[in-house]
Amino acid sequence: MMNNHLFKRFSVGLLFLWIGLFALLPFVLVCLASVLESGDTNIFVWHFTFTNYLQLFHPIYFKIFVRSLYLSVVSCSFCFMLGYPFAYICSRMPKAVKPVLIFFLMLPFWTSTLMRVYSIIVLIRGEGWLSHLLMWLGLIHQPLHLLFTQTAVLIGLVYISLPFMILPLYANLEKFDWRLLDAARDLGAGKLRILFRVVVPITKPGIIAGVMLVLLPAMTLFYVPDVLGGAKSLLLGNLIKDQFFEAHNWPFGASISMILTILMGALLLFYWKNSSEENRQELI
Amino acid sequence: MNRTLKFLYLFFIYVFLYLPIVVLITYSFNDSKFSAFWHGLTFKWYKQLFHDHSLLLVTGHSFLIAVLASTVATVLGLAAAVALFRYRFYGKKLIQGLVFILIVVPDLVFGVSLLMLFVMLKVQLGFWTLLSAHITFCLPFVLVIVYSRLQTVDKNIFAAARDLGANDFLIFMRIIIPLMMPALIAGWLLSFTLSMDDVVISFFVTGPTFQILPLYIYSLTHVGITPEVNALCTLIFVFTLLLIVAAQSLIRRKV
Repeated sequence: MMNNHLFKRFSVGLLFLWIGLFALLPFVLVCLASVLESGDTNIFVWHFTFTNYLQLFHPIYFKIFVRSLYLSVVSCSFCFMLGYPFAYICSRMPKAVKPVLIFFLMLPFWTSTLMRVYSIIVLIRGEGWLSHLLMWLGLIHQPLHLLFTQTAVLIGLVYISLPFMILPLYANLEKFDWRLLDAARDLGAGKLRILFRVVVPITKPGIIAGVMLVLLPAMTLFYVPDVLGGAKSLLLGNLIKDQFFEAHNWPFGASISMILTILMGALLLFYWKNSSEENRQELI
Repeated sequence: MNRTLKFLYLFFIYVFLYLPIVVLITYSFNDSKFSAFWHGLTFKWYKQLFHDHSLLLVTGHSFLIAVLASTVATVLGLAAAVALFRYRFYGKKLIQGLVFILIVVPDLVFGVSLLMLFVMLKVQLGFWTLLSAHITFCLPFVLVIVYSRLQTVDKNIFAAARDLGANDFLIFMRIIIPLMMPALIAGWLLSFTLSMDDVVISFFVTGPTFQILPLYIYSLTHVGITPEVNALCTLIFVFTLLLIVAAQSLIRRKV
């Protein structure tokens, strides 16, 4: 009996220790840091203030925030529009084919994401593959100048995020009871009506999960603008990174990170309200 | 017609996902430094790679961190999953919620909070901070993989074992570990690839004393990446692929 208690105490204790030390404590520290002032010699000055949060509304920073939000909303929508049909087609494939399709979706993850993003340069620069292809097809007559533009950053973001949108959508569509389609058809619904009144509403938890995995992370991928975009398309992630490593204004960096956390919390709450226990397990 | 359209669509998405990898591998054989034009086939980058000591060093660091982090994360993740699965305790719901949040939270937010932690605790940034950060971001994934497999196990097995006089430790060693083997292998591999790939979290928690491959590549992006790095990444890709194929066959034999 003694042995049982020991084992339970050990494994449960380990769990609490880990979560406490590496998840709760850091979160509390960021909360705390976000309301402190930054100092010249010390990183923090023990003086409570909310100016860090207000600073984000300063025109320079607010512009970055809005542009970053715009970029992530657009890339998230692209991921959804490209990913939903993909997940839908995959989920209707024969049972033997499905794992293969998902396997090949995951395969790119096994090379450095950074190197793959860097390789996009060769594809989209003025003399790149895409330009050549489009000119050969006669669609354009001048080389495309995509590199170091917002479009390049968008392509990079969509490229990285697409699998994260597809996987939860697929997990959800996979469980879909396709007999519902026959029922809807019998009741006289047209194809579009079935899609928007039956399929989409039932797969809502998958859609929200996909958005959750794409929308906010897309704002933080600071290496995408570094590699593909110019100085004009900075993301919120670049702003946070610079506060820590260049401007040395940690409290401001912490406050932007807190704002991201709050947005994340809001999305999570929305997801929690719209999903069941079973959905949440599918997500992973 | 409809069927061809579907296949065309799938094909289009896969082309989008694979083109950068094709470029990555192709340019590791390109006989020209920096230039993005094709200058003919060569293997010289693969040869040069093995003489570039700084590149080999950071690759070694990355492998070291990835192997250690995924091994520790797998052991801890297993213990944590078993604790969550088998025992009732105060604060369980909170823990489950936090694990879920750790999985979906953006890497950057995670990196920032770990940096805060290490600085406040006055830990020197370097090997140990990097290792503990990697263990921490891999752990929830292992936990979830193992936990979802535990749910498929027939609970009567545990009751039977207890009736036969096994205590929890014995049940853990003799029943849970063998049954969880496929999940443990899958969790380890996922952790390994996550750790090898991570840029964002590592960027915040490592110091000048300990450089790893993704950060080394990141520092090169401003001056231009040489085909050596392409060659290296191609080799790592092939290595990971072999590792996963081997693991697959191992799992299949076990089941």
